[in-house]
Amino acid sequence: MAPRTSPEVGGMGHSVKRKEDPRFIRGKGTYVDDIQLPGMLYLDIVRSPYAHATIKNIDTSSALAIPGVLAVITGKDLAKYNLHWMPTLMSDTQMVLPVEKVMYQAQEVAAVLATERYIAADGVAAVRVDYEPLPVVVDPKKALEPGAPVLRTDKKEKKDNHIWHWEWGDRAATDRAFREAEVTVQQDIYLPRIHVASIETCGCVADFDKVSGKLTVWMTTQAPHAIRTVFALVAGHVGLAEHKIRIISPDIGGGFGGKVPVYPGYVIAVAASVLTGKPVKWIEDRMENLQADSFARDYHISAELAGKKDGTLTALRIKTIADHGYTDAAANPSKFPAGLFHICTGSYDFKAAHVEVDGVYTNKPPGGIAYRCSFRVTEAVHTIERMADLMAHQLGFDPAEFRLKNFIKPDQFPYKSALGWEYDSGNYAGALQKAMDKIGYADLRRQQAEKRKKGELMGIGISSFTEIVGAGPSKHFDILGLKMFDSAEIRIHPTGKVIARFGTRSQGQGHETTYAQIIAEELGIPVADIQIEEGDTDTAPYGLGTYASRSTPVAGAAGAMAARKIRDKARKIAAYLLEAAEGDLEWEPGKFSVRGAPGRSKTIQEIAFAAYTNHPQGMEAGLEAVSYYDPPNLTYPFGSYICAVEIDKGTGEVKIMRFVAVDDCGNIINPMIVDGQIHGGLTMGLAPALFEEITYDEQGNVQGGSFIDYLLPTAVETPKWETDKTCTPSPHHPLGAKGVGESATVGAPAAIANAVVDALWHLGARHVDIPITPVKVWRLLREKGVTE
Amino acid sequence: MQVQVTVNGEKRQAEVEPRFLLVHLIREVFRLTGTHIGCDTTHCGACTVLLDGRPVKSCTVFAAQADGRDIMTVEGLERNGTLHPVQEGFMQEHGLQCGYCTPGMLMTSYAFLQKRPNPTEDEIRWAISGNLCRCTGYVNIVKSIEYAAAKMRQEGR
Amino acid sequence: MIPAAFSYHSPPSVEAAIGLLAQFGDDAKILSGGQSLIPLMKLRLAIPKHLIDINRIPGLAYVREADGFLAIGALAREVDLEESELVSRRFPILIDTTRGIADPLVRNLATVCGNLAHADPANDHPATMLALGAEVVAVGRRGERRIPIDEFFIGPFTTTLTPDEILTEVRVPLPPSHSGGAYVKLERKVGDFATAAVAAQIALRANGACERAGIGLTNAGPTPIKARRAEEFLQGKRPDDGTVKEAAHLAAEESAPEADLRGPAEYKRDLIRVLTARALKKALERAGGGR
Repeated sequence: MAPRTSPEVGGMGHSVKRKEDPRFIRGKGTYVDDIQLPGMLYLDIVRSPYAHATIKNIDTSSALAIPGVLAVITGKDLAKYNLHWMPTLMSDTQMVLPVEKVMYQAQEVAAVLATERYIAADGVAAVRVDYEPLPVVVDPKKALEPGAPVLRTDKKEKKDNHIWHWEWGDRAATDRAFREAEVTVQQDIYLPRIHVASIETCGCVADFDKVSGKLTVWMTTQAPHAIRTVFALVAGHVGLAEHKIRIISPDIGGGFGGKVPVYPGYVIAVAASVLTGKPVKWIEDRMENLQADSFARDYHISAELAGKKDGTLTALRIKTIADHGYTDAAANPSKFPAGLFHICTGSYDFKAAHVEVDGVYTNKPPGGIAYRCSFRVTEAVHTIERMADLMAHQLGFDPAEFRLKNFIKPDQFPYKSALGWEYDSGNYAGALQKAMDKIGYADLRRQQAEKRKKGELMGIGISSFTEIVGAGPSKHFDILGLKMFDSAEIRIHPTGKVIARFGTRSQGQGHETTYAQIIAEELGIPVADIQIEEGDTDTAPYGLGTYASRSTPVAGAAGAMAARKIRDKARKIAAYLLEAAEGDLEWEPGKFSVRGAPGRSKTIQEIAFAAYTNHPQGMEAGLEAVSYYDPPNLTYPFGSYICAVEIDKGTGEVKIMRFVAVDDCGNIINPMIVDGQIHGGLTMGLAPALFEEITYDEQGNVQGGSFIDYLLPTAVETPKWETDKTCTPSPHHPLGAKGVGESATVGAPAAIANAVVDALWHLGARHVDIPITPVKVWRLLREKGVTE
Repeated sequence: MQVQVTVNGEKRQAEVEPRFLLVHLIREVFRLTGTHIGCDTTHCGACTVLLDGRPVKSCTVFAAQADGRDIMTVEGLERNGTLHPVQEGFMQEHGLQCGYCTPGMLMTSYAFLQKRPNPTEDEIRWAISGNLCRCTGYVNIVKSIEYAAAKMRQEGR
Repeated sequence: MIPAAFSYHSPPSVEAAIGLLAQFGDDAKILSGGQSLIPLMKLRLAIPKHLIDINRIPGLAYVREADGFLAIGALAREVDLEESELVSRRFPILIDTTRGIADPLVRNLATVCGNLAHADPANDHPATMLALGAEVVAVGRRGERRIPIDEFFIGPFTTTLTPDEILTEVRVPLPPSHSGGAYVKLERKVGDFATAAVAAQIALRANGACERAGIGLTNAGPTPIKARRAEEFLQGKRPDDGTVKEAAHLAAEESAPEADLRGPAEYKRDLIRVLTARALKKALERAGGGR
């Protein structure tokens, strides 16, 4: 799509250099830990070494004896204000600090408040807690067995560890389809717990002003307004009304979903600040971040596909056990405890499908969706793409041909899936074909055959994913009751410059640039003249924040709609200035002209000036608009990824030879930024596919709780990603855009897993769970008698 | 104990405990907050600064060790209002997204290009293997460093 | 990530450093590169009351040839090895080894001698020094002594250094002609310790038979392991695929790896077998292949 505006204006399609960069490359960003206020105190947290234990006693005397330690806050202290428990985003309850018992290793047990960071750390080391260990439950299947220890003893009526049961689809039709199927395949798939590990950890500076009664919190949050409302609801009884709470989300060093939840550290810091009237800083270190903050995945999936011998897919059936940790604190839209998992019919035209998920409590930290995946979309895509590949291989079909045969066709859009989603647009065959051409698919298969003759192991894997993002229409989407609209407020100054504020919060996605480009597109005002702000709840319009790839689909749309409202008013002013009828005016980016008399025109800048100096009588002055956008539907970005791997028979290492990613996110605002999102997303797909997992032993001790064992890929492990695009605009989005932030994280792991299984299929391998570590591959090879 | 260091060409001093980490000296005492902290096990490299011209992880050096020595941080890259080619490269080639790992990447590449003015892609990836990034997938960081290398060769740096 | 408090000392000479060590004994630790010690201190797994920073002692930062040896001083950094023309020419095995340690930033501070003195069985230089038949120079109150490297490591994080001794140098005999060595390390990612690693240094006779083989194993037991049976097996034989295979098999049998998050013991043992074969083949290639 060729840009409609000039490079100077910088509307959609231009790879405008980022407006946020000048401060970052000079080290002048303002991240939460950069905030230093006079008299600021430091909070550090004592954490439980046990996964499940009664707290017998907390001895704070040695800690309090350290000069500079001002207080040690425990659950009993917070209980006085009824702040020891708080609601989760899924309307469950979560401890801020425990009174009775701890329920996961690294759980917050007490907090030390001190004058300096180093003293707070000494204080933490000096606090003595006596625990009485309780039986630990780490296996969610065992947690559901009768007689398993009941974890949530705080819920008086609860007699088991089952949180909820959720199902979707036509069970009867699906079961019938399976009974009648010519072929079926079944596979258990486990997606282990992983952690988003943005390079900046979580933290806040809470600053309560005793005189004004106003609380200001600088916080690593992707959703500042939602946080403000939650604080007002939770702490209203201690005098914090919503107009007296200001949440500032400054520069954020990566979010990816990990900075959506409300962590106990934030609440304790706020309480400490309210009590002392001093600013309180809490910054977690990396091990705390990995061991206690919101995880993602931990889905035990059992999937089945039904089809015909000719390769036609007919039905999908999935049962999942969802390990949620000790409470359901996943930040899902409230109606969907399993998020958008029912996108699992994927890019294929299934006639029948049924999916059920059971949430389970275990002695682990809570969470579930914090890793760049919309809401459980990675789980869904990984499942369907592994299964499609499995059936293709089982039936002897080439995996690309199998997919092409079963794709939803372009003329079927808008497409209603068997699980009720209405996909807005798609051209799946187009993307796959492009990926095949780019990677030279036929040549790769030839190469594979030749290598196989020599006993070398090479595999090719495909992932043709459909994503579902942009939550979401108010009819179905809310978080804690807050509808998932988003907002934009645009104001044009007399000299034609713009300030615009949005309800989202970029953590690296480049909104200061892309939102300016949207406004530039709609109004023809150069990007350089447009200032974008987000993240300060005192000034930004209410929004639900940035996660689940929703900013472009929802807030971006709000920006376009607000800009169009402004254009409507500008037309009226232009008509007045040009003494013409509104209907006789033509718009081109940046100006209105009289039809047939192009010399008679007014630029948007002239119109802006007139809005304050020469507007028609009876019209309000000014040139601004607000839009709260309720999206009519979600958006469905898609793509096809093809991965070629080689396997080292001696060590089991998987080496990615090539990885081609063809993405379709509809109309693109900034191609450079989109590519950056895809590179990053692919790398966050590679990481869980080959490297990352957080596991627990029988006692609930975390394994992989630091960067020593939680393995983030460096530039050496990361392949040289090859990317390309197709463009199938969204018919319902004002800009035809779909969003792209998470596509690659969602689609990539299956391509890699499929490639590995493809490499080993002829040896009898059928499936490998990610992360596909060298050990797993080695075991498989040795089992099949292959060695170096 | 007294610690005297030269930071970005300026002589600074501070009274610190022996255990005070260099990264905290830079961030909290000297208020140069461009250097960041991203982990606690010496992996991520967000804290990279130059110590006597060599890029090191300032979270794994005591301020006391830097006494009498020369430190350069990201704030020292721009001279007289002119960006260094590495800074320009990262802007031109979209080598940053959230910006948190960026100062570390900049300092590592600055030092690397002094030693290796005409690097291959693999050499670049190797040189930054002590700096983790979660946002960019490294592709554009490599391009940014290649841009800077070309510019520096052109300018005869 | 905040260390416990300690007293800091920055002696200007080896004698002064030894004096402090003698004074404080087990309450003191030497700080050279600090890239192993400081991370442990930040996790409060190491809580020395006294830190003796030797970085201001002059005359210890060298990589040079001296009387038929490669001499590496206590303050020679890993990066100094990598940039040494002498090392690149005569000891490619050391280049392999140093490049596999941690990452480029850590290597700007980490010292070779520190890597040896710290005696983490997962450290890389010990196996290579075993393969090379190196010796270390220790200086204490009783003066200077030389310790052959195969007597140096006696347990995890434990060497034969007495509490008052400092490692001032490691000395590697210059290899004869027709020599070659290689260090092959499997790590999960750059910066990790070895899942397993093997150092192999071979000297060939004019007729192509093996005059001397040194094989060291990393992270394969409570100390770095000298694979003596594999070495003895190769002695005098003309190395071909069969002898390499058998030597690799023997080295694996001599290893005693422990299961951890990097993998189970049987995986690591098999890796030792695979990596020994690869290291030997590469060493032979560098030695001229036995012509």
